[in-house]
Amino acid sequence: MATGEVTKGRSGGLLESARASSWQTRIAVAVTALLLVLLFVQAVRDPAQFFSQLVIGVTNGAIIALVALGYTLVYGIIELINFAHGDNFMIGSFVGLTVLAGTFAGIGLFSPITGDSGAFLKVVGVLLALVVAMAVCGFVNVAIERVAYKPLRNSPRLAVLITAIGMSFILQNLGLIWKGPAQVAFPELVSSANILPTDAVVFRWKDLFVLGMTVPLLLGLSYFVRNTRQGKAMRAVAQDKEAASMVGINVNRTISITFLLGGILAGASGVMFGLFNGITVFNVGFFQGLYAFTAAVLGGIGNLTGAVVGGFLIGIISSMADQYIGVEWTSIVIFSVLVLVLVFRPRGLLGDRSAVQGGGS
Amino acid sequence: MALLRRYALPVVLIVVALLFPLWNSFLEETVDVNLMYPVIVITVYIMLALGLNIVVGFAGLLDLGFVAFYALGAYVVAWLASGHFRQVSVAFGTTATSITGEEVPGIHLSFWLVLVLAGAFTALCGVIIGAPTLRLRGDYLAIVTLGFGEIIPRFFQNGDDLGGFNLTNGTIGIKAIDSPGFPFLPDSLSAWQRFGTLELYPWFYTILVMVLVTIYVNVRLQDSRLGRAWISVREDETAAAAMGINPVTTKLWAYALGATFGGFAGAFYGAFIKNVFPTSFSFNVSIFILLMVVLGGMGNIYGVILGAIVLQGTNFFLLPQIKTWVNSIGEAVGNQALATVDIPKYSFFIFGIMLVLMMLFRPEGIIPNRQRAEELHDETGSGDAMGGAIRA
Repeated sequence: MATGEVTKGRSGGLLESARASSWQTRIAVAVTALLLVLLFVQAVRDPAQFFSQLVIGVTNGAIIALVALGYTLVYGIIELINFAHGDNFMIGSFVGLTVLAGTFAGIGLFSPITGDSGAFLKVVGVLLALVVAMAVCGFVNVAIERVAYKPLRNSPRLAVLITAIGMSFILQNLGLIWKGPAQVAFPELVSSANILPTDAVVFRWKDLFVLGMTVPLLLGLSYFVRNTRQGKAMRAVAQDKEAASMVGINVNRTISITFLLGGILAGASGVMFGLFNGITVFNVGFFQGLYAFTAAVLGGIGNLTGAVVGGFLIGIISSMADQYIGVEWTSIVIFSVLVLVLVFRPRGLLGDRSAVQGGGS
Repeated sequence: MALLRRYALPVVLIVVALLFPLWNSFLEETVDVNLMYPVIVITVYIMLALGLNIVVGFAGLLDLGFVAFYALGAYVVAWLASGHFRQVSVAFGTTATSITGEEVPGIHLSFWLVLVLAGAFTALCGVIIGAPTLRLRGDYLAIVTLGFGEIIPRFFQNGDDLGGFNLTNGTIGIKAIDSPGFPFLPDSLSAWQRFGTLELYPWFYTILVMVLVTIYVNVRLQDSRLGRAWISVREDETAAAAMGINPVTTKLWAYALGATFGGFAGAFYGAFIKNVFPTSFSFNVSIFILLMVVLGGMGNIYGVILGAIVLQGTNFFLLPQIKTWVNSIGEAVGNQALATVDIPKYSFFIFGIMLVLMMLFRPEGIIPNRQRAEELHDETGSGDAMGGAIRA
């Protein structure tokens, strides 16, 4: 009897919420469900292909998530879409490539690290490339903030956005001057061999490498924002700049540190992108940046957990679109996701709670 | 006197523009295509910049995908005035004729009709894109327009096989677009009967008239009820809504009007270069037009025209000139890198720096609109729109 009442109450509540939801939500749910069913049919038809593609999607998603975190951190704290962030990612991949080549500005520092080098040298090379790229990108991001965004902090928001677009073009053309217009190849340092014993599902060492590097970075960031003094200051500034400065928080320094964190993640992501895909190019930041921004918006901009979830979702969506719709349509699919999310659910899947809660709950 | 002061400058400028080709042929014996071609392209960009000025300058909406309307206009001309759809054969007032007198395959409508259709089509697209998106906040709207600006050219790129139907001919693009012209004119005016590829005066006067119409509409809009509604929505949307202005309708008008002029310019440009392909409608073009508006002065018609002339002039004349200088300096000092550097390739490096410097030091542009300048220098709060709109 009692159980029956509870069930009735629940189903009644569900009905009510379904009635209360707008037609937009209902259509969105229906379309998503339809797409999932279609995907499921494909997965049943050829599971090996589906899961191999899923692995690629998750790995790409990890790379995107790192960049998306940079967008979301900055948006959470100063409500700016840092348009130059994607190009900072490109700079990161170029720096990594330069470190691996062992020469800078014509000065040979050490012999280039290639796929033929010893295992120890490869590990050292990759770690060195990651660390240098993270440091350079962090510095570039802070410098951009100081030079271009800080003087405009009290200007209309779109004036800052235009400045960010200008900075994006400047970085992109610096990349063009640096490495030329053609795609440049990364040495193959991480093996593309399949880890799994079967040939059916492909999970390569590359995938393991990217995921293995991303998880510690994500945990580190989460620890920093939640548990450290500086992380607390970041959350305070995101909530209310004036009040934060009143209680003695150095707002300018906190904003700089936020940009530093975003740059560090973009640098790591850039190097991993190059090692994973084997190539990079001066305008890679435009599309990767927009994908990452889409991820940040999809998860709820300002929300750290959201950016990570969004990153993995966008990675999976793009790899599925590559496989089942056609590579040439992938960017249209991603941009459509961007437009649809912004139009119908601008606060994203998890809600735009800004860095205040450190994301989540 | 007041009348003189008001009309002297515009009249002088219009006369200069009208006489420009005469001056050109006065200096040189033959028509200089190398000068007239850039001048026509510059004029097309003046029109685009004026269209974007309605959206960015008047209504305060940042549009990062304006190139979409330009592309749509160009493709409308390509569809309706070329041999692309060879399944059908429709001709109306066209300049395209076959030597044998047979029916020409494809749709060949009169350019003047297509121009109107292109404007109407892009306005419709502007409304379709704008209606769901215009309630978004400023920077979100900018990103949505950017999304559309990327989707539409990519759609044209992939549109050569839509379920077996070739809509856009993919990356190759649509070629051999009909020339505009007035086929009914007597043979003595052959240059106007069908605009030729080397006889550029008819092209110049056509786009000049189109720009003058655009300017007239811009001027009239500025002081109209709608123009004042744009200012109020730009400065404070909530207050404007409280005064009985419908913000969404007001913004939608700006968006649709801007799109219309983008479509006109695209249609003319498609007919002028005779080929349209998707790669000529990249994100860079959107930013280039935006920079014209920002550099010249958002909301100021003179400023926007100046911005377009300065930037496209830099592109066509100054950068190649700088390249020659730098290369000769490089040769003189024996520096290989300087001697071969291709400066115009890095044009967007320069434009990016210009964009940042303008925003940092003179956000109101070279010739500011007084009201916009005040809004942009308002330090009391960070506004949402392109100026104004102090947040509580």
